[in-house]
Amino acid sequence: MTRFNNTRLACLCLVTLLPFAGTATAELAYVSNEKDNTLSVIDLESLSVVDTIEVGMRPRGITFSKDFKKLYICASDSDSVQVMDVATQQIIADLPSGEDPEQFALHPDDRQLYIANEDSAVVTVVDTQERTVIAQIDVGVEPEGMAVSPDGKWAVNTSETTNMLHWIDTSTFELVDNSLVGQRPRHVEFSDDGKVLWASSEIGGTITVMDVASRKPLKLIDFKIPGVHRDKIQPVGIKLTSDGRYAFVALGPANHVAVVDAKTFKVEKYLLVGRRVWQMDFANNQALLLTTNGVSGDVSVIDVDDLKVIKSIKVGRYPWGVAVAP
Amino acid sequence: MQSVKTSLRFFVALMTLLSVSLLPAPLASAQTSETLNIPILYLKQSITRPPVLSNIQPPAEDSGLKGAEVAIADSNTTGRFLNHQYSLQYVSRKNASAALQQAQQWLKQGNRLILADLPSATLRKLVAAPGIKGQAIVFNVSSKDDKLRSQQCTSGLLHTIPSRAMLTDALAQFLIARRWNKWFLISGARAEDKAFANAIKRSAKRFGGKLIAEKNWRFDTDLRRTAQQELPLFTQVGDYHITLVADEAGDVGEYIPYNTWLPRPVAGTQGLIPVAWHGVVEQWGAIQLQNRFKKHALRTMNDVDYAAWIAVRSLAEAVTRTNSSDAKTLYSYLLSDDYEIAAFKGRKLSFRNWNGQLRQPIPLVHPKALVSQSPQQGFLHPHSELDTLGYDRAEVQCQFGVNL
Repeated sequence: MTRFNNTRLACLCLVTLLPFAGTATAELAYVSNEKDNTLSVIDLESLSVVDTIEVGMRPRGITFSKDFKKLYICASDSDSVQVMDVATQQIIADLPSGEDPEQFALHPDDRQLYIANEDSAVVTVVDTQERTVIAQIDVGVEPEGMAVSPDGKWAVNTSETTNMLHWIDTSTFELVDNSLVGQRPRHVEFSDDGKVLWASSEIGGTITVMDVASRKPLKLIDFKIPGVHRDKIQPVGIKLTSDGRYAFVALGPANHVAVVDAKTFKVEKYLLVGRRVWQMDFANNQALLLTTNGVSGDVSVIDVDDLKVIKSIKVGRYPWGVAVAP
Repeated sequence: MQSVKTSLRFFVALMTLLSVSLLPAPLASAQTSETLNIPILYLKQSITRPPVLSNIQPPAEDSGLKGAEVAIADSNTTGRFLNHQYSLQYVSRKNASAALQQAQQWLKQGNRLILADLPSATLRKLVAAPGIKGQAIVFNVSSKDDKLRSQQCTSGLLHTIPSRAMLTDALAQFLIARRWNKWFLISGARAEDKAFANAIKRSAKRFGGKLIAEKNWRFDTDLRRTAQQELPLFTQVGDYHITLVADEAGDVGEYIPYNTWLPRPVAGTQGLIPVAWHGVVEQWGAIQLQNRFKKHALRTMNDVDYAAWIAVRSLAEAVTRTNSSDAKTLYSYLLSDDYEIAAFKGRKLSFRNWNGQLRQPIPLVHPKALVSQSPQQGFLHPHSELDTLGYDRAEVQCQFGVNL
């Protein structure tokens, strides 16, 4: 993997930026704290929490707009997706998200937001500019994971109790196909080239890699960690490096992140992180990977080149989602 | 990607392994394949409950049924994509023979699936009745009778409600983990109370609890007024770590916490209770099920609701994976090693293939919080830690078949 170290560059920028933005430093990671109704802001230079922002109730999934000026926040118990102006840290709008939004994915057009409404078995598509609901699509029980393909053609949703991946054609908002996978599918992630889709089954303990063109499974991956009962290995979050080398899989109460060779699908290593690890995001041009550890209430920082955990950072209660702004 | 092109072999193997159904759009499939109907009977024998002292929380009359209804709705949401249609027929009868007749009639109509919310005596008759024995899959959703799991198990009879032994084992593991091994047992006079007390004694032997005293209550006064006077006298039995109560109907047991001679916690059927499900269970995504249930039933979900819910969900999972409504196919699949189901308890559940009991973690709760969930860490088992709860394979003396 080609790696650019942005640190020095960021330091240089810092000097120029300081007069204009008081607290802005290098990259910042935003972490949603499900049981605190806050976001923790982590400075990725000092690897410490520099700010805590109050948001709506039970914040879970978070994602940035393309220009990183807006942060979308699933405030599940407020039944809304909040839009935060990143510069001022103010909530500037509530999107009509449907009931209990948990996860979402932004279409490459930077406009359509696909939202999984966990309590009402629908996927809601919202136009983030007009702030209107464009479509609602019936899916299985407890929709959870959401991903949009890099070419924007597919939106894929997982339903936890129905155990399916639901393939939605984004040009018609029609449900086109359903793929049965292992128990309790939680998360889906497209590869950067859009050819494969990785889906985690939390209770099944597996990852299904799907071929996107045929919408058929290519490979079933399972995990074994010495000393951890297989029932406790519960894959949730997935992150793929853009060079196609690694897939990182967060294994929930097994407290490990699996490093999978994204070409051979072989598990190369297990990294010990905090307790109940769920979601992840890359930072520093994919040199770092951050994980949210719900039970221990912290974020682990993984060095992607060395495949080592280098730090854990205490955040709020039940950290759920993480998104990094350069 | 190289492996994409060369993995046809993998793919074929996977298709078999996962029984993956990849179907065209729901509308298209509705035109091409026939709807698979899965009718399920919910059979209840309504029993007259004995009068109890506390009138605060009478058990809901529709316990079980509401859980089954939510599961039918859940399963139909899934079934819509596969063209599977689930339906529930509810029948409640006062006496056993009328209930049996209803079940036999259900089978005569060609149906094979029953949720039984019956006292254990009626349940025994049901699974032995001509026309039902060996023909139907019966899910016991309410009887905790240990004999049905240890000496009198029957092919075709699956239990989604935990047995008393599972419940008291779950409690005992917690007490031992806390090093509270000296127990004082107070039990009621009813047959269920004795059965619960016996289960506690079995658990004591299994996990190293010591019963330092045992008493039966015979109060005939209204304890609501006199508990503070009576119970300190009644509970002077030497020193112990915890009072265990066996009072399933909730008669006297409610008045024991805070009224014992020594300041000791109370557990069992009151106080800290082991239970299949409770309104306070919210972890592992359970809050979603609790919300769906509350919206539908306008009350919180109890253990019998959960047992009925998971019974229907188990069946639906088998139908989804086998694409069949044939009872023999479903039954064999339910008891195979392939079968697993997610059910909001933090790990996958499956059926014990030696007595038909659903293996499941047991929450330990008090009215407003989950205290713990057993099996406790450190209680090991060569097959599954969940099998440290209840009757294990070697302790079962009955013949149970994994095929109908």
